[in-house]
Amino acid sequence: MQITYTSGEQVEVYRFSVPVTVGVPLLALFLQAFVPRRFPLFSYLDLPLLVTIFFAMARRSPISGLLTGAVIGLVQDALGHHHIGLFGIAKTVVGFLASSLGVKLDVENAGARLLVTLGFYLVHGVVYFTVARGMVNMALNWSWGRSILAGLANAVLGVMLYFVLDKFKQRT
Amino acid sequence: MESVLGRYRNLIILVGVLFLQVLGLAVQVKRSADAENTRLIRIWAVSAITPFERGLVWVQNGCGNLWHNYFYLRGVRAENRQLREQIEQMRLEQVRLSDDAAQAHRLQALLAFKEQFVSRTVAAQVIGSSGSDLSRIIYIDKGENDGLRRDLAVITADGIVGKILQVFPTVSQVLLINDQSSGVGAILEKSRLQGVLRGTPNGEVMLERVMSDEQVAAGEPVLTSGGDQVFPKGLPVGTVMKVGTGKDLFLNVKIKPAANLSKLEEVLVVTEKQERQSAAQDTERMRAADILAQRLPSVPDKPPTPEASAAAKPGNAATGAGGATSSSVPHSKPSTVPGPQGGTAKVQGPVGSTKPTGSGITPAGTAPGTSTPAGSHAAGSGAARTATVPGQPATGEVSNTAAPKSSSDPVAKTGSSKKAAGSKPEASQPDSSGTQTPPPPQPNPQPPAAEDSPH
Repeated sequence: MQITYTSGEQVEVYRFSVPVTVGVPLLALFLQAFVPRRFPLFSYLDLPLLVTIFFAMARRSPISGLLTGAVIGLVQDALGHHHIGLFGIAKTVVGFLASSLGVKLDVENAGARLLVTLGFYLVHGVVYFTVARGMVNMALNWSWGRSILAGLANAVLGVMLYFVLDKFKQRT
Repeated sequence: MESVLGRYRNLIILVGVLFLQVLGLAVQVKRSADAENTRLIRIWAVSAITPFERGLVWVQNGCGNLWHNYFYLRGVRAENRQLREQIEQMRLEQVRLSDDAAQAHRLQALLAFKEQFVSRTVAAQVIGSSGSDLSRIIYIDKGENDGLRRDLAVITADGIVGKILQVFPTVSQVLLINDQSSGVGAILEKSRLQGVLRGTPNGEVMLERVMSDEQVAAGEPVLTSGGDQVFPKGLPVGTVMKVGTGKDLFLNVKIKPAANLSKLEEVLVVTEKQERQSAAQDTERMRAADILAQRLPSVPDKPPTPEASAAAKPGNAATGAGGATSSSVPHSKPSTVPGPQGGTAKVQGPVGSTKPTGSGITPAGTAPGTSTPAGSHAAGSGAARTATVPGQPATGEVSNTAAPKSSSDPVAKTGSSKKAAGSKPEASQPDSSGTQTPPPPQPNPQPPAAEDSPH
């Protein structure tokens, strides 16, 4: 496992074409809404979060990362029936942190990606839980065991997904 | 200043974006719980996602139908034979059940019970979900254009699914019963205990508000109670899985939903419920005695006797009740219960029902000679017990409940029969000294025709 500290000049910054920028998050949201109907366990995965992390780390721009996270999160909120902004806030924070981390660390290898995705999944869960309990007064139960298991599943899927999405990267 | 802004630009933008979202969230929380104030955003999101879902479901169904209808036909012949046998068995069962249902409808009509019928449904296909286990909703491919609106019940053949939460032009959002913000009025089928069905954060379904001193058995079916004004009464909800002690004197009753909520494909939206009197009103009005006569073993009817014919004439107050019964009421075995004063009283009416429903309460102490018609008993509630004490004087005011098929409304007909001056309770009350005085022997002017009346 290799997590390398790099200076700002050393890290590669990528960009994506417009169809990929729009289409991949939309596809992730679509699959997230469609697949659990057939495979209920799929609802433990969070494809929009994985896409947010990937774009944020690849672009290495905190503003771009947080905006990507905010938009994806808000659309995800709109597909549910809870208040709009819960996923939005959580994914904004994750997008910002992921892109900030991407500036500092080279997280191109699978092990680093696994750990980073697991960490951001937990951060996402904690932020969501805090806002939902604190502001909206939703009755949620936090379970570390369940969160870590779901985080691991997301991390494994994320590693595979990132390798697929790497194909769409364009060097600046 | 500029250097500070430049240096902390990312952080400032982050705080700004978060602030905006928190503000928006606060406004939503402050205004109301429903999602009307965010409807535009939701319409955009749903419009962006659901066309893909709809298309994929269409392709999926097309492929599935092609495969199952044209290629994969293995075992169809055997299955066909098996289904035919099943149909034969079900036909036999249907005959029995339709008899029971018709009888129930007639009795309900006599009691003025209002029934709720699911009179119109719209079939819809599930095309998606929220994708999050924190928001247990599904999307169906019917919306405002198909006549759907908020708070309509969504069911399957197995049981209830949820209710419509949001309606968009071509799709609707359905809140499943296992969501924690859902609530359904439910009743346990055997014990008749009522509670509120709620979802948990884990997606389980719990029956709340059942007192801890009640007995609830695992496996007991749960039905809708109709109290929520969304689901019609009597729809299957599920079965009791587990019963545990909860907090605040209530039981924790875990329910297994009858419908498989995680794998829904087609659902029915109840767009119209009718609350109306039983269908028996539309057909020929029947007295409860006749209805029961069809069900109970009986000896053949006696031919009408001259006395009975005379008694049936209107204006004969004393025989207005009895006249209707002797000849027309079939015979059945009246059960006996210990009556007051050590005697026995013949129970006229379904045993086990104790509460008269208010209409058509027949004088309890009706003398044998007045022979309360069985029709009025059932009309009274199907539950009102009328004890006929042999030897009691016929002092009660005879109601017109026995008017045989003359009144147009059986309920109204029975409604005027509440008062009975010499009814049994008064006759059988102990006197003020606390001692019971035996009733004076009375001549029996007529044979106790009530014995012939069913129940």
